[in-house]
Amino acid sequence: MISRLTVSERHLALFVLGALALAGLAMAVGGRGDPLAVHGVIVLAASLGLGFLVLSALFSPEPGESRLAEYYDDPTKAGIVLSLAWAVVGMFFGVWVAALLAWPELTFVDSAWASFGRIRPVHTSGVIFGFGGNALIATSFHVLQRTCRARLPDQFSPWFVLIGYNLFCVIAASGYLMGMTQSKEYAEPEWYADIWLVIVWVVYFLIYIRTLARRKEPHIYVANWYYMAFILVVAVLHIVNNLALPVSFGHAKSYSLFSGVQDAMTQWWYGHNAVAFFLTAGFLGMMYYYLPKRAERPIFSYRLSIISFWGITFMYMWAGAHHLHYTALPQWVQTLGMTFSVVLLVPSWASAGNALATLNGAWHKVRDDATLRFMMVAAVFYGLSTFEGSFMAIRAVNSLSHYTDWTVGHVHAGALGWVAMITFGSLYALVPWMWKQERMYSPKLIEVHFWLALAGTVVYVFAMWNSGIIQGLMWRTYNDSGTLAYSFIDSLVAMHPYYIARAFGGLLFLTGAVVCSYNVWMTIRMARVARVPAKGDVPLYGAAQAGE
Amino acid sequence: MKEFFHRRIERNAIGFVLAIVGVASIGGLVEIAPLFTIHETVEAAPDMRLYTPLELAGRNLYIREGCYACHSQMIRTLRDEVERYGPYSLAAESQYDHPMLWGSKRTGPDLARLGAKYSDAWHVAHLINPRDVVPESVMPRYGWLQRNPLRIDDLGEHLAAQRAVGVPYTDAMIENATADARGQANPEAAESSGVTERYGEATNVRVFDGNPSLVTEMDALVAYLQVLGQLTGAAHQETAGRQE
Repeated sequence: MISRLTVSERHLALFVLGALALAGLAMAVGGRGDPLAVHGVIVLAASLGLGFLVLSALFSPEPGESRLAEYYDDPTKAGIVLSLAWAVVGMFFGVWVAALLAWPELTFVDSAWASFGRIRPVHTSGVIFGFGGNALIATSFHVLQRTCRARLPDQFSPWFVLIGYNLFCVIAASGYLMGMTQSKEYAEPEWYADIWLVIVWVVYFLIYIRTLARRKEPHIYVANWYYMAFILVVAVLHIVNNLALPVSFGHAKSYSLFSGVQDAMTQWWYGHNAVAFFLTAGFLGMMYYYLPKRAERPIFSYRLSIISFWGITFMYMWAGAHHLHYTALPQWVQTLGMTFSVVLLVPSWASAGNALATLNGAWHKVRDDATLRFMMVAAVFYGLSTFEGSFMAIRAVNSLSHYTDWTVGHVHAGALGWVAMITFGSLYALVPWMWKQERMYSPKLIEVHFWLALAGTVVYVFAMWNSGIIQGLMWRTYNDSGTLAYSFIDSLVAMHPYYIARAFGGLLFLTGAVVCSYNVWMTIRMARVARVPAKGDVPLYGAAQAGE
Repeated sequence: MKEFFHRRIERNAIGFVLAIVGVASIGGLVEIAPLFTIHETVEAAPDMRLYTPLELAGRNLYIREGCYACHSQMIRTLRDEVERYGPYSLAAESQYDHPMLWGSKRTGPDLARLGAKYSDAWHVAHLINPRDVVPESVMPRYGWLQRNPLRIDDLGEHLAAQRAVGVPYTDAMIENATADARGQANPEAAESSGVTERYGEATNVRVFDGNPSLVTEMDALVAYLQVLGQLTGAAHQETAGRQE
């Protein structure tokens, strides 16, 4: 892959890796006696290893101009593989933490790294950032080039984004195992990882804006609106919520700039919009490209897309306060949060409805093609979980649901039913295109995966609905003498069967992800034997340049 | 027919970028910025004391082990919560918490008013193996806390960083941070008198983990758990005031 870089790109890569190695060395030396040093060594080893790889191909012949007549898909291919690897790792940790709640001794006794509190964020970050983030980066490069009819502006920066992002994920996950966390949900990585992510993210944004500037289509396609909103707003959220002061440059530990109620509001403004702009906007971008492509139907309504896009972009940012109903947050903020959360149903259902209406005239394909069915079910779960979200944001409902497993069930209806399903559907469509195959290695295994994923999601969500509502009710039940009827531990005991069911549902879903990885792997192996190039899948911008 | 206005926006990438950032910024500005400027957002709590260095170290261990993922520290203004856990939480109680640990899930009970509810020995036994004291518990064991010596040499730096983000630690507190941690975990030590001098008579000065010869992570975490809800009486006064 490195021989596909130009000589100047190879030099740039060496320079950047050298700088990164120095940063790693500084962390390793400055952070002696602190877990920071371990991360310094990881950064140093990663940049030296990659540097060696670049050096080994430094003098191989430069690629010809003909490369500009093709889209640049190597980073997308690598991103797909990384995404699936993280999916299996992240979901494995998910099943493990789920099992720990049913059988708390199911771990390495007295190993700090393997305790629930440390491996839980490996699960959440592994699936959200590892699986989801890599899938977003991989698909966004693919969609961006096709909808602009332009090649990526250079071949180095996409690699910088992909590898840099995965370095961030590795630092995050390994940090959790060592106990490094800011404790902010979905923003756990410490200050140096956060700074690194900002650098990666700026380059990601520049790739987007530079490719858009070269586009041969006059209009920016709707999928790119969502990918851009994902990149831009996640940057804003990430920077503000992670403002913190490190104890010193030799400490991994930092203290958040905000405290108490302001910190809580900032965190949930971030937390809820990580859901909105990472787990919704980005994946809507995916849906708006791959679903119509696979169904071979145009998007049902252009105007619905516009309403939905701006509605989501504007209103989601108000909704975070619904995580803090009945707390010490001033009531006027809670009320604003609730109001916008309820109205948010309109743009959410506009998108879900737009996706489903796009399938009109293609329902026979939904029946026969598991790939398209993944996307259809994703749109249905998107509609269901956004309805549930608006419902749970109502103060009276929230008084019961908050702090219970119902929230966990809601999150997973979105994460498994919507995010993972649209990703799997998109990957099954994308992988044969990328590796120039007519179809996946085994359509039958896609079918198997579909039913495993659907069954796993339904079992999981039903288990958590039951346990959450029972929990919420037990906590507030009074007996005839006017005292609380149940102790806390009574409610915990009542959860046991549901925790087993939940772990089982998760196991089904994990099995599906393993089946998917196998299928993708075998498709890649098929590509070694024969390739079927897709007709017309070439850039106009790059081709014009090469032909001049 | 006039061109649909959105068609024009779609042709201008920079304009689109600015529009997204502008539209998305409004909600946060309206909801978050006033929390810093409206005075009533955080109640006055003149009796509030600060975390001692040992308690702050314990709080950092609470974060390190991910306790916040299963335990909230935010009692809501609901009758059953107040009866189960105690007076509802006030914003003032976490005004020096960088970051806050309100939590979002109760796999275990709320801990906002845990302090002084159980003995140190109970906490130590519970942390070593929760099922020894609560057979139905699904909490993990934390045996290593009892074995690991606490890192105390850099506590001054921690306090200084806390002061930089707005916690009113004095110069004396920062200078004596390491000695105060040692003193709080062992009342026999010469350094223990300075702790109550700087942090108030109500400060718990005890051998929290039962082992006076070593300041362990267990000392720190138990010291922190024992002070939850004890830093100010404002919440109790607030509830009493409402009932009158």
